[in-house]
Amino acid sequence: MERPTAILRPGLLPEPLIFERGAPGRSGALVDAAAAGGPESSEVLPPALRREDDLAGLPEVSELDVVRHFTRLSQWNFCAATTLYPLGSCTMKYNPVMNEAVAHLSGFADLHPLLPTSWTQGAMELMARLADFLREVSGLPGMTLQPAAGAHGELTGMKMIRAYHVDRGDARRRVLIPASAHGTNPASAALCGYGVTEVPANREGMLDIETVRRLLASDVAALMVTNPNTLGVFERDIAAIGAAVHDAGALLYCDGANMNALMGVAKPGDMGADVLQFNLHKTFSTPHGGGGPGAGPVAVSARLEEYLPIPRLVRDASGWRWSDDFPGAIGRVRSFHGNFGMLVRAYCYMRALGGDGLTDATAMAVLNANYVRARLQGTYPLAYPTPSLHECVFSDRDLEPTGVHTLDVAKRLLDYGFFAPTIYFPLVVPGALMIEPTETESKETLDEFVAALEGIAAEARRDPEMVKSAPHATFVGRLDETRAARRPVLRWTPPEPER
Amino acid sequence: MSIPESLRYSEEHEWVAVAGAVATIGITDYAQEELGDIVFVELPAVGAALQRSQPLGVVESVKAVSDVYAPVAGTVIEVNDALADHPEIINEDPYGKGWMVRVTLADPHEVDGLMTAQQYGEFIAKEKA
Amino acid sequence: MRFTPHTEGDVRAMLATIGAESVAALVAHVPAALRDVAALRLPPGIDEREVRAEMASLAAANGRPDAVVFLGAGAYPHFIPAAVEQLAGRAEFATAYTPYQPEVSQGTLQVTFEFQTAIAALTGMELANAGMYDGATAAAEAVLMTQRLRPGRPLVAVSRALHPQYRAVIATYLAGLPDAELVEVPYREDGTTELPSDALLARASCLVLGYPNVFGAIEDLEHTAAAVHAAGALAVSATAEALALPLLRTPGGAGVDIAVAEGQSLGLPLAYGGPGLGLFASRQSFVRNLPGRLVGETVDTLGRRGYVLTLATREQHIRRERATSNICTNHGLCALQATIYLSLLGRHGLRAVAERNLRGAHALAARLGRAGRLRFAAPYFNEFVLEIRGARRRWETALADGVVAGLPLGDWYPELEDCLLVCATELHDTAAHARLASALEQGGT
Repeated sequence: MERPTAILRPGLLPEPLIFERGAPGRSGALVDAAAAGGPESSEVLPPALRREDDLAGLPEVSELDVVRHFTRLSQWNFCAATTLYPLGSCTMKYNPVMNEAVAHLSGFADLHPLLPTSWTQGAMELMARLADFLREVSGLPGMTLQPAAGAHGELTGMKMIRAYHVDRGDARRRVLIPASAHGTNPASAALCGYGVTEVPANREGMLDIETVRRLLASDVAALMVTNPNTLGVFERDIAAIGAAVHDAGALLYCDGANMNALMGVAKPGDMGADVLQFNLHKTFSTPHGGGGPGAGPVAVSARLEEYLPIPRLVRDASGWRWSDDFPGAIGRVRSFHGNFGMLVRAYCYMRALGGDGLTDATAMAVLNANYVRARLQGTYPLAYPTPSLHECVFSDRDLEPTGVHTLDVAKRLLDYGFFAPTIYFPLVVPGALMIEPTETESKETLDEFVAALEGIAAEARRDPEMVKSAPHATFVGRLDETRAARRPVLRWTPPEPER
Repeated sequence: MSIPESLRYSEEHEWVAVAGAVATIGITDYAQEELGDIVFVELPAVGAALQRSQPLGVVESVKAVSDVYAPVAGTVIEVNDALADHPEIINEDPYGKGWMVRVTLADPHEVDGLMTAQQYGEFIAKEKA
Repeated sequence: MRFTPHTEGDVRAMLATIGAESVAALVAHVPAALRDVAALRLPPGIDEREVRAEMASLAAANGRPDAVVFLGAGAYPHFIPAAVEQLAGRAEFATAYTPYQPEVSQGTLQVTFEFQTAIAALTGMELANAGMYDGATAAAEAVLMTQRLRPGRPLVAVSRALHPQYRAVIATYLAGLPDAELVEVPYREDGTTELPSDALLARASCLVLGYPNVFGAIEDLEHTAAAVHAAGALAVSATAEALALPLLRTPGGAGVDIAVAEGQSLGLPLAYGGPGLGLFASRQSFVRNLPGRLVGETVDTLGRRGYVLTLATREQHIRRERATSNICTNHGLCALQATIYLSLLGRHGLRAVAERNLRGAHALAARLGRAGRLRFAAPYFNEFVLEIRGARRRWETALADGVVAGLPLGDWYPELEDCLLVCATELHDTAAHARLASALEQGGT
């Protein structure tokens, strides 16, 4: 692959903040305030309740100003539609365009959440079918579609676990979490009032059943595991670990972040899971949106069904309706019925692929990750030699003599036109480079990606300073994060008027 | 890396300078180097009672948070307010302007249990290996 | 359908490189007992045309083409200009991830910085975070933040006139804190919230008020915040209808400590209630206690302005069990859409559309004067409570005519059984108003 040359902002246009565009008095969209009659706000609102600043500080721009502004800004992003986005454990697969078309159907997009249910049977039927699909993938009987994101699903799941223990007379105090877990796991457990005990991995990068047994004291409420874990390694002893957890009166929480490795391969319900949260933006192709919205449906075992949040979908002679009438429920976790717009997209994707297509997606995701692993392991040492599924983790160990680190490799990869892998995670691997190509990438793309990483390793030996000062061909150069954190500037303020 | 002879050191990489019943506490040159650019410092209130080995404050870099542990017990009589706006002082002068708190010692002899400069130098050599 | 690209030849070549006999061999290390029962019993895949047809028929089973709907109650129908959804739908925004590599994510980062600026301006607060799930969870996070800021104060006071779903979510979130206790503060005859006693406030970390509240009533935030502060507690305002803010005293101006809101009104479709957008604004001095993501301004190696995620040490991926929240999203695409909406309407368009809402709702209330009366006397924005004899029966009759006459309030407030919560926005013209008036007048006979 040809080495990218050091050009900055190639072919892209500069753009100020929206607040720095426009002119006083301009607007892109005005309505006639008097169109339906009625008194003016000044006649209705007493002065103490009226806005005091006439909205100073909000933009004054035309529609074309807005179109230019946001179109230009969009061009400063890498995205899955333009390039490989190999973020490990993030599953940046292709987001089918048809998902967007169906989500914008007026019968879904313009539906008020409090309409009588006789008017929303189509939406509820879709949710019921999606819930059934997800039950089948998880191998678990209970399901809520409410949580707004994976971490929100974790919170919901841990709340159910707490409710289960409280019902048995003791909430218990601690949750066991492997050191390789996502940060959301301990944070979600803490939000439910639990302390966290870290479980070390063994030499194969897996949980060791004897270690787990030793830590399973009577105050342990649950073990939270991600399977396959963040090394991409399947927890071989998971079924026995699940049984040990249950023997200790605790519950097994499975983080579904890596479900893209398991469709047609193994079901969490068969591993003894009591809770599994899905991340629809990962496994089921809803767009990541630069940071959400996602959706985090939660599947639970029969033990926990009575604690599922409200409202719940129930069916009677007249069709689907919502019910709050479940005394064991943990309560409500958000407004209305879930991130419905995301549920529509995920259902559309699952319906299109079907059981065979989803099984194929997992198989190809595993093939792609193992291909990258095989191609790169001579250049970057694998963190663990254990077989892995949908992602693989390398370290920067061999680059030590060059002074080039994982961060530099990641930044240099941007010059080659690829997004960077997940870096320095999991925390158990020093200098981790965690790569998840997903099933939708072609062999040619993977070959180019491998060539780029090989090229960077060669560059690191030949010209380490060049790699350490990368990126050189991106929209901006490396940004000063220290400055941003020392003196935080979190909003624009107008320049001081000249005197 | 600098390890002044005149100071005493803890295993959590704090230094202590004693003058009579008053001790000044900060983090070592080694600690600030390991942390990298410090962006935020959280200190206790004046009057707070510090227990030995309990967190007295926090130092943060862009991507890490570390507790600072009290190397000795005592009552806080002064904190270095300059660090609130200029946390980088710790990187620039960890043993001088980068001091963090002054305490009146609960037990002046407690300092004797801390490492000397030579012992601390050996300690970090071992930790790095 | 399949989106996997490999030909048989590709698969063969890749397996040869790996040194595996088959694709199945790559998962052979998963215990056979699990693999043997893992087949997915799901319908087989279908093509795009068939999927689209099925989805269209599910969509068509919702709503009624001739309907007029006067529902608000936490989700508000507003006009969304075409430019908003077209720009927000650009793949460069939609298919990017969290901007972990700022050099190739400046689009998302600058938009988020603009979002923070716009929300701070809209709420009159010093700063805002990058977004949260929805208004209800933002309110719950605000309550948790007040518990961190005011340790030793176990009570959390919430107005009974705060949206019941917001109250319910706060209760769910608080259940994890062993000592915390939720106390509901009654509403007054005019629909606004009673001032709690000093004794209660002295033990409370905060008081949460709806602004406007669930009855549409506009609380006197400034007066309340002063009393709350005098007792050493914090004032939280929760706005379900963000388009009210262009006309109302800002939460910041009224002295509120944390202003949260549901941002759905700012250019997001109703979408059966989600995804929404949690807005979260507060004081500069509380920045280290804020939940959620923040974007800050900085410079690159050549001194050019750029943006990065910052103050991340508060967040779960670094502080883990000691993080300020477990949240790991900012509903980024929704925040983008709101930023585009706020820019397009801008200072003048926002004021105009808010004015149109207030005027239209008051015109409608006047028109309904023959059918019922306003239950509460407090000033309101685009939503009000109509007291009307036989409310449920009339509501059912109207429904049969394709008119959703707001929300019967009896399910949420048994004492308001004869009341409807009615919302009118810029989407309701005088003809729609007339249809509602006539439907409600008929329903009683």
